[in-house]
Amino acid sequence: MQMLQIGLSHYLAVAAILFTIGIFGIFLNRKNVIVILMSIELILLSVNINLVAFSVHLQDLAGQIFAMLVLTVAAAEAAIGLAIIVVYFRNRGTIAVEDINVMKG
Amino acid sequence: MIVQGLAFYMFAAIAVASAVMVISARNPVHSVLFLILAFFNAAGLFVLMGAEFIAMILVVVYVGAVAVLFLFVVMMLDISFSELRHGFLQYLPMGGLIGVVLLAELLTIVVGWLISPQVGEVRAHPTPPIDQLTNTHAIGRILYTDYIYLFQAAGMVLLVAMVGAIVLTLRSREGVKKQRIATQLARRREDSVEIKKVQPGSGI
Repeated sequence: MQMLQIGLSHYLAVAAILFTIGIFGIFLNRKNVIVILMSIELILLSVNINLVAFSVHLQDLAGQIFAMLVLTVAAAEAAIGLAIIVVYFRNRGTIAVEDINVMKG
Repeated sequence: MIVQGLAFYMFAAIAVASAVMVISARNPVHSVLFLILAFFNAAGLFVLMGAEFIAMILVVVYVGAVAVLFLFVVMMLDISFSELRHGFLQYLPMGGLIGVVLLAELLTIVVGWLISPQVGEVRAHPTPPIDQLTNTHAIGRILYTDYIYLFQAAGMVLLVAMVGAIVLTLRSREGVKKQRIATQLARRREDSVEIKKVQPGSGI
């Protein structure tokens, strides 16, 4: 029964696990930019879970406003990132991260 | 309480499992679909916490817009995804090490966390009791008053993102025949039809 008492730390643990999976995904999929973008979305989701958990636990609504703003920025970031990927694929015919080295000195 | 606990563990387990599948699925289309599942379960967690509005926004914005955008891009790009999987095992030890270290640190923080008893006195916007004001209503009351500038700035961010995405991806392709109504209407009979007298037995 003790396990079924859900508190703040449970939500924080889930958020920490999701964050780690996101970071891990960036390392693991070093060739696929789209999966890297999805990992970034996961990281932002875990940040949102943190913000909302603290907001609910501390009875302060400001955290949910911040979560909404994070959501907005995440949507904008996904749109721009995918647009860049589409343009890059159109120009170079590949989206492998290792091939993106034109600006390397 | 028991139902709440079980629902938490269900949502959390499915969210974490689908997040693992997002980064490890072979096909990026499957990754996107698992991302949608993860977002749905995170929305379930938000509902469980009592933040319904954020949960619904998450479903509408992420599942409705961002994930579908991902799906379109993944399907639009003609990539052989099997090539992109090479080197997966090569990065596994380093990434796993960093992941484990990071997770251990984060969980240390979570376990060792103590909230100051005086924190209730510095609330920016105390949540009103749920029987007086719903979550959405309460958010609306402070979003359009105290956070109006942030709200407008968020709208501006979205506008810039939209313009940027269109500017980046728009291209005028050569050699595509399109209807141009102005030139059609400007055509006159004298410009397009020519009457010639043709002598019998000789070409033009």
